[in-house]
Amino acid sequence: MAKVKGVVVVNDERCKGCDLCVVSCPCDVLELHQHEVNSKGYHYVYMKNPEACIGCANCGYVCPDGCLTIYRKKNQ
Amino acid sequence: MSIDIDIVSPENMVYAKPELMNDTHMHYCPGCSHGVVHKLIAEVIQELDLKEKTIGIAPVGCAVFAYNYLDIDWQEAAHGRAPALATAAKRLNPDKMVFTYQGDGDLAAIGTAETLHAANRGENIAIIYINNGIYGMTGGQMSPTTLINMATATSPSGRTTSKDGAPLDMSKLLAQLDGVCLVSRQAVHTAANVKRAKRMIRLAFENSMAGKGTSVVEIVSTCSSGWKMTPAASNDWMVDNMFPVFPLGDLKNI
Repeated sequence: MAKVKGVVVVNDERCKGCDLCVVSCPCDVLELHQHEVNSKGYHYVYMKNPEACIGCANCGYVCPDGCLTIYRKKNQ
Repeated sequence: MSIDIDIVSPENMVYAKPELMNDTHMHYCPGCSHGVVHKLIAEVIQELDLKEKTIGIAPVGCAVFAYNYLDIDWQEAAHGRAPALATAAKRLNPDKMVFTYQGDGDLAAIGTAETLHAANRGENIAIIYINNGIYGMTGGQMSPTTLINMATATSPSGRTTSKDGAPLDMSKLLAQLDGVCLVSRQAVHTAANVKRAKRMIRLAFENSMAGKGTSVVEIVSTCSSGWKMTPAASNDWMVDNMFPVFPLGDLKNI
């Protein structure tokens, strides 16, 4: 088990489904929704594999729309 | 396989949208580099505590609405004239931090004269130069920095040196001028590059406040709509094609 655990909170309405966070993730955590869309019609991102997240925040840095908030905590 | 809600608390937060960036949804296309650079500017202004001291000069181009997204004082310049307006703003308010935000069509085409002369005078302004090799807002026409063989709306079979000249390297031109203290070329396609770009934007803003001269930070960017690619493919195309012509790094830092 990873020493740190992370969570990515997505602002669904702000997300434009550009996919840049998905390709920047080193742990294959994120994915765009296949069917669900936000009010603008974009397939927004979600945590497909939350257990793998290490809270590195790479997704947050490359997100052009500032829709990701990242939390990280060391495992006790 | 569920999200651990316990972690979601303020003391564990490692990254969030900067406070200076308001909740207005940006009009940029999905994956546009403008959003990342806007975030960096907001973060740097916040870190340097310059919110009440900053005057941004918005360009004509996609970033014309930058004033809708960052809660600082803005002025809107005519196409290409941002450095001239910034000159006036900084000379009248020497204690303010004045920066321009310009694209390649703005800075390298119609505003070449204003840019070169403001830099040559060594005006104490910071210039953020977004170079994506295309006129994004007007529909993807050829710009001075369009690459050779790159197809655009006005060069459908690709840019040719004989007809259109070679891509114009504004940063290299500006680095030769005595009034310029910093010229750096960065990109924002990976987290590491974003951090480097932020450091240079911070240095540029500090130079403006210290009165060291003109600082130019060029951000080699993508235009996925203009290039007609997905945002992720645009980043790869930028690495393969833009970086050989516009290599990243500091061209001048004194």
